[in-house]
Amino acid sequence: MAKFEPVLFARINKPDSTSLKTYMADGGYARIKEILSMAPVDVINVVKDSGLRGRGGAGFPCGLKWTFLPKDHPGPIYLCINADESEPGTFNNRILMEKDPHQLIEGIMIACHAIKSNNAYLYLRYEYGHSYRTLDAAIKECYAAGLLGKNIKGTGFNLDIVLHRGAGAYICGEETGLIESLEGKRAWPRIKPPFPAIEGLFRKPTIVNNVETLCCVTHILYRGKEWFQSIGVPPDPNNPRDPGSYGPKLYCVSGHVNKPCCVELPLGVTARELIEEHAGGVWKGRKAKAVVPGGISMGFLSDKEFDTKLDFAGPGKVGCLGLGTAAVVVIDDQTSMVDVLFNCCRFMSHESCGQCTPCREGTAWMTKILTRIRAGQGRLEDLDLLMEVAGSMGIIPGTTICGLSDGAAWPVKNAISKFRGDFEEYINSKRATVTSAQKLMEAH
Amino acid sequence: MSVLSEQLRERIRQEFPKYPNKRAVTLPALHMVHDAMRAVSTGAIEEIAELLELHPSEVHDTMSFYNFFKDEKHALGKHRIWVCRSISCMLRGGEEVLEKVCNKFHVHPGQTSADGKVTLEFAECLGACEGAPCILVDDECHMDMNAETVAALIEKL
Ligand SMILES: Cc1cc2nc3c(=O)[nH]c(=O)nc-3n(C[C@H](O)[C@H](O)[C@H](O)COP(=O)(O)O)c2cc1C
Ligand code: SF4
Ligand code: FES
Repeated sequence: MAKFEPVLFARINKPDSTSLKTYMADGGYARIKEILSMAPVDVINVVKDSGLRGRGGAGFPCGLKWTFLPKDHPGPIYLCINADESEPGTFNNRILMEKDPHQLIEGIMIACHAIKSNNAYLYLRYEYGHSYRTLDAAIKECYAAGLLGKNIKGTGFNLDIVLHRGAGAYICGEETGLIESLEGKRAWPRIKPPFPAIEGLFRKPTIVNNVETLCCVTHILYRGKEWFQSIGVPPDPNNPRDPGSYGPKLYCVSGHVNKPCCVELPLGVTARELIEEHAGGVWKGRKAKAVVPGGISMGFLSDKEFDTKLDFAGPGKVGCLGLGTAAVVVIDDQTSMVDVLFNCCRFMSHESCGQCTPCREGTAWMTKILTRIRAGQGRLEDLDLLMEVAGSMGIIPGTTICGLSDGAAWPVKNAISKFRGDFEEYINSKRATVTSAQKLMEAH
Repeated sequence: MSVLSEQLRERIRQEFPKYPNKRAVTLPALHMVHDAMRAVSTGAIEEIAELLELHPSEVHDTMSFYNFFKDEKHALGKHRIWVCRSISCMLRGGEEVLEKVCNKFHVHPGQTSADGKVTLEFAECLGACEGAPCILVDDECHMDMNAETVAALIEKL
């Protein structure tokens, strides 16, 4: 097989990679005029036929989502760019924005043209100050060069991009939470339907797309759908519901590895390949005990599952929730799953928006039970209790509005079913690992 | 006397054309006021509400959802330091970094040092896990921290 050449990350290590001048010198915006002159439906078809699936976590086919907009709507139609990236372990959107803002802006232009939107709102998590300043400068360059604003490059197309900063809440990444937050309210996700494509931002048809998804759009329009489909994993012929996992993907690898990194590879690499070939192996000469396949919401792979293909279908085959954000967190064999799971539950409990009782109470109680176990006072029945709580919360059992709750339940289900021995040994030993730092945080 | 300077009010008004209604300017306005005044006081909430044609309780409702914004009783110090406590940082010593900094300044997370220089907080994943453990000083990220490097960094503020 020919060596894979990065595309999304092709420019990130070049000097001055963020400026309009070097982006154009590398061929950026070279065909934007031509693309903006295509019929919007033709642009949608290219993206649809490429098989691009959303990179934000759900993996929904991108072009298909765009077709859900009402036909002949008088407007306005909005594009929201989801740059809230807060799933623990995930940092690829940040690198894309900090190192190659114009690649994203070009994708936004193409997407807006396709969905007939003249207003794009980029919702950026507050913590990304560097991304904010880089994007702000890049957007200003575009206005000055006639690439944004009125009648772009004489095509008659108008587009404004507004940068909107969040205020430190994970739930703003959920698309309807994002919309509520942008409208100036608390980020309480909305009950669906109506889906945003019908009634979204300011009650108008809205498409929400992830940063990496839009960066892929740029390259699909330049290189063609055949190019995109030559990368990744085709649909499983035995599964009529698998649309395949095409294209390059940015995998984030962190935790107990020698060289934490973000690498661009064809969809479908395995956790083992990522750890060994790209992240320098497990640190301190140890072995990996568990791997988070795509952000903590997706659960865990046990060491027997490290050869699972990390494409959209793979993690689900071994009981994980999905590929999620492809954020791989490696946990070494000296670490207790009790401590790891506690950290996941505490995160979810802290970030639950609180409007659904099973999520608000479930995440809080799971954290409390794990706190008790970590204080040396756990009982073996606690494990069944944790499983029962986890089984009762989420969109899958049908008790909550959004998927945060499924993402809170999954690490619990996976940890206890795949690493039950770890938990039993811990409880029976009666040891306690509550750290002094944790006590400090509880005083907060 | 108004709480918000005319300059701040003007900056808030400049956001209006970017959105189809004024309510959407709530977060931008809160950020501007919070940055400038290190807290959003009840008086400031009332004045923001007036500018955005909202009821003060609507602005307060939004503000209180985001733990990020502080009221006048919890005003921020000159700088805010966030120490990440989420999974990748925890696995590489994030909690120890947090503890060392707390001890150094004699504060709990959420408190401000006696000299008013820094407010210390824990953060959830800062999206910089390749540099775990990491911290944010205001909105700039610093990676691969340990107790000594954080102390040195803070010394320079
Ligand atoms: C709790 C929760 C948090 C989410 N956080 C993000 C996020 O930070 N960034 C993101 O792009 N998508 C996030 N999503 C997924 C979005 O709801 C949405 O599916 C996505 O932005 C759509 O874009 P895509 O189709 O291009 O992936 C989150 C979903 C849930 C349930
Ligand atoms: S599931 Fe949780 S985060 Fe989602 S809307 Fe309900 S309470 Fe909020
Ligand atoms: S877990 Fe600390 S930056 Fe991601």
